[in-house]
Amino acid sequence: MSNHSKSSPLTSYFAVWGALLLGTFLTYEAALIDLGRFNAAVALTIATTKALLVALFFMHLKGASEKLLKLVVASTIFFLILLLALSMFDYGTRSFS
Amino acid sequence: MSDSQAAVPHHDGLHNPALLHHFATEEQQRDSASFGMWIFLATEVMFFGGLFCAYLIYRRWYFGDFAAASKSINAALGATNTAVLICSSLTVVLAIWAAQTARRGLMILMLVLTMLFGVAFLGIKGIEYKDKFEEHHVPGVSFSFDHQQIPGHPDQYANPQHAQIFFALYFIMTGLHALHMVVGLGIFTWLLWMAWKGRFTPHYHTPLEIGGLYWHFVDIVWIYLFPLLYLIDRHP
Amino acid sequence: MATATVPSVERENYLNKHYGVESWLLTTDHKRIALLYLISITFFFFIGGFFALLIRLELLTPASDLVQADTYNKLFTMHGQVMVFFFLIPSIPAVLGNFLIPLMIGAKDLAFPRVNLLSWYLYIIGGIMMVHCMLTGGVDTGWTFYTPFSTAFSNTKVIEAGLAIFVAGFSSILTGLNFVVTIHRMRAPGLTWSRLPLFVWAHYATSIIQILGTPVVAITLVLVVAERSLHLGIFDPKLGGDPLLFQHLFWFYSHPAVYIMILPSMGVVTEIIACFSRKRIFGYSFVALSSIAIAVFGFLVWAHHMFVAGISVYAALIFSLLSYSVAVPSAVKVFNWTATLYKGSIRYDAPMLYAFGFLGLFTMGGLTGLFLAALGVDVHVTDTYFVIAHFHYIMVGGALMGYLGGMHFWWPKISGKLYPEGWARLAALIVFIGFNLTFFPQFILGYLGMPRRYADYSHMPEFQILNVFSTAGSTVLGVGYLLPMIYFLWSMRYGKPAPDNPWNAAGLEWKTPSPPTTYNFEEEPVVTWEAYNYDEIDKGHKEEVHVVG
Repeated sequence: MSNHSKSSPLTSYFAVWGALLLGTFLTYEAALIDLGRFNAAVALTIATTKALLVALFFMHLKGASEKLLKLVVASTIFFLILLLALSMFDYGTRSFS
Repeated sequence: MSDSQAAVPHHDGLHNPALLHHFATEEQQRDSASFGMWIFLATEVMFFGGLFCAYLIYRRWYFGDFAAASKSINAALGATNTAVLICSSLTVVLAIWAAQTARRGLMILMLVLTMLFGVAFLGIKGIEYKDKFEEHHVPGVSFSFDHQQIPGHPDQYANPQHAQIFFALYFIMTGLHALHMVVGLGIFTWLLWMAWKGRFTPHYHTPLEIGGLYWHFVDIVWIYLFPLLYLIDRHP
Repeated sequence: MATATVPSVERENYLNKHYGVESWLLTTDHKRIALLYLISITFFFFIGGFFALLIRLELLTPASDLVQADTYNKLFTMHGQVMVFFFLIPSIPAVLGNFLIPLMIGAKDLAFPRVNLLSWYLYIIGGIMMVHCMLTGGVDTGWTFYTPFSTAFSNTKVIEAGLAIFVAGFSSILTGLNFVVTIHRMRAPGLTWSRLPLFVWAHYATSIIQILGTPVVAITLVLVVAERSLHLGIFDPKLGGDPLLFQHLFWFYSHPAVYIMILPSMGVVTEIIACFSRKRIFGYSFVALSSIAIAVFGFLVWAHHMFVAGISVYAALIFSLLSYSVAVPSAVKVFNWTATLYKGSIRYDAPMLYAFGFLGLFTMGGLTGLFLAALGVDVHVTDTYFVIAHFHYIMVGGALMGYLGGMHFWWPKISGKLYPEGWARLAALIVFIGFNLTFFPQFILGYLGMPRRYADYSHMPEFQILNVFSTAGSTVLGVGYLLPMIYFLWSMRYGKPAPDNPWNAAGLEWKTPSPPTTYNFEEEPVVTWEAYNYDEIDKGHKEEVHVVG
């Protein structure tokens, strides 16, 4: 939950907003440069940074008074990665056999 | 939020009328609501997760075809939509801030702006869909993706069947996202009505926070969809 | 605390506080919603059971003479879909969990009472769609909806069945969400995590699976529906898609779904064993954490359903290895239950008989599960009756035994009436015998090579004798299931009024009146004792008269 007594958070809101717009611009520009296989890595890194900014500041995950919400987020990401990684492991190793 | 049970124990006026009978304190109720929303968002992550899994596998298998199909979408529209959603997320947090600081007019303005951004997003999405429809890029009987070069391989054409899988995923993923936007607009209409009625105070604005969490989540999904669907291999 | 006297005038309780259809259909009382679920899942249980009976009748003779192969395909498909999605998944959580969790943690209701009602309505909408689908032709894909058969070849109502299960899935998600929030936020003062009844721990673990697994099968069904109606190619190898992707996504949920069925049952059995051996549960924290471990490990093993489907050898190796990991927390539980029984003063009331039945049948089901997790053996017995027998030992022998045991254990609390103990013990015995007679022969049949999903085995007439055993057993089993329904209904009218705590059991739910009042507790309880403090209870109440029906 957000902390009601803290001083005006407006600066951080606008800073995050600016960072998100900048991130969008960077994503778009980076896609136009040939980085080989790193194009996807750069795009996903920027996207994850943006997602983190939204979660931490706009969704107030950073100020959450307890660790529970962070635990929910972390375990969800864990199970999502599990789904992706274990399926990809099958697809990635099929050609070896 | 009033309860349908007739036998709500009488509170002695000190209590917020929005406090439901089975909660001991307002704080317990607020924490439960926000926790519940976070868990709901966890289910949403897994819901989209299945689609991301399918996307990941076919993108690896049919990279060239996916790149060609991706290149046929108007990325400028996608980027604009990303910016629109980011602005709407800002107006959501500003609306909550306005509620916390008892600025009712500002809160209403921000809610209206949020909804306008939401509608703008759907409008731009509509233009994009219309383009795809006219180009026969909608999967189905009239689908065609013939003689489309694979980026980086001018001598190769994309396999239309594989491109169709891309477009199927594109339409399902963006379509489900758009559906979430429509639901979000519904939620915000209700929030706007509550705000108009003066239900939100610096002490009680839980629905606003819960609705905001949902809206931000939909924004996060788009933050991933944009590079994954629009920017697979765009460099000249 | 056993009160020896029962008031003659009926107290106000959740059942008699309001009357009329509306007071039930618009209720937000978790106890009433639990009863709504009880009625609806019983309905689906008998539909699914009816299909099972037809399947067994068909297999009485080697030739396909009762029904044609096409009809047979529909029968086993709808048996599976109804039993899995409309009975087993909601069974213990939505009925007993719904009723008991707020009582056990000292809360007035679940955190989101209206969401709870919504989830019942979603279940009913899904159920109506399923019934409509069955009445207008049914489905023949097998309960697993395997592609590309379901998307490109089957001429039956795949879309409607898929959507029905999609909707019912959201009911399950909302139940899980409600439980997690309730268990975190609504516990009574003093009720720490280490004092929670293990039934609550088991439901917490179940909810994790419902929350994280169900959405994946939901989106998979969306993809199946889209693929079938528009031929997108996502799962169709002819169009460049991969049917194995469907299986990955499907089993990512549907393997953990088995633990949605079995974990609550384990929770029930834990309560019963502690109560009827009058002891603290041996190794409380191990039993509690093993529930969570089962929920987590359950997500790591799904591809053992796909060993012969064409996944990579390396993935198969890893998944085989990981599959064994689930055996560890499961065994922890079985050993802890056994250790709890050791030197306990055991009473053989009906709930305990079901718990014993659970112990034996679950252990057999679990051990044969290890055979199936082993790559080499699995290749031999995949798609045979060995698999059928294995998962029925878990899902019927395990989950259903626990459900029935729990229904008997808490029936006095739910209905305020005592069921006839003699009949109940007899029914427990009949269920146990009937179950083994039905499903043990199927282990042998499967080992000998009888494939599942065939209406006709006339090329192998020597299989008939075991099939006759199995069919005979299924009729016995049917009688065993009808009996409780009859005497539960009977007891509602003619049963003796139940005291508040007929078993002299520990747990907050027994401190409420039978049946409880609408808001459960007059004042918020404060918990100062550990769970299963049977030594203290028995010390303090030795002189009191023990009232049991």
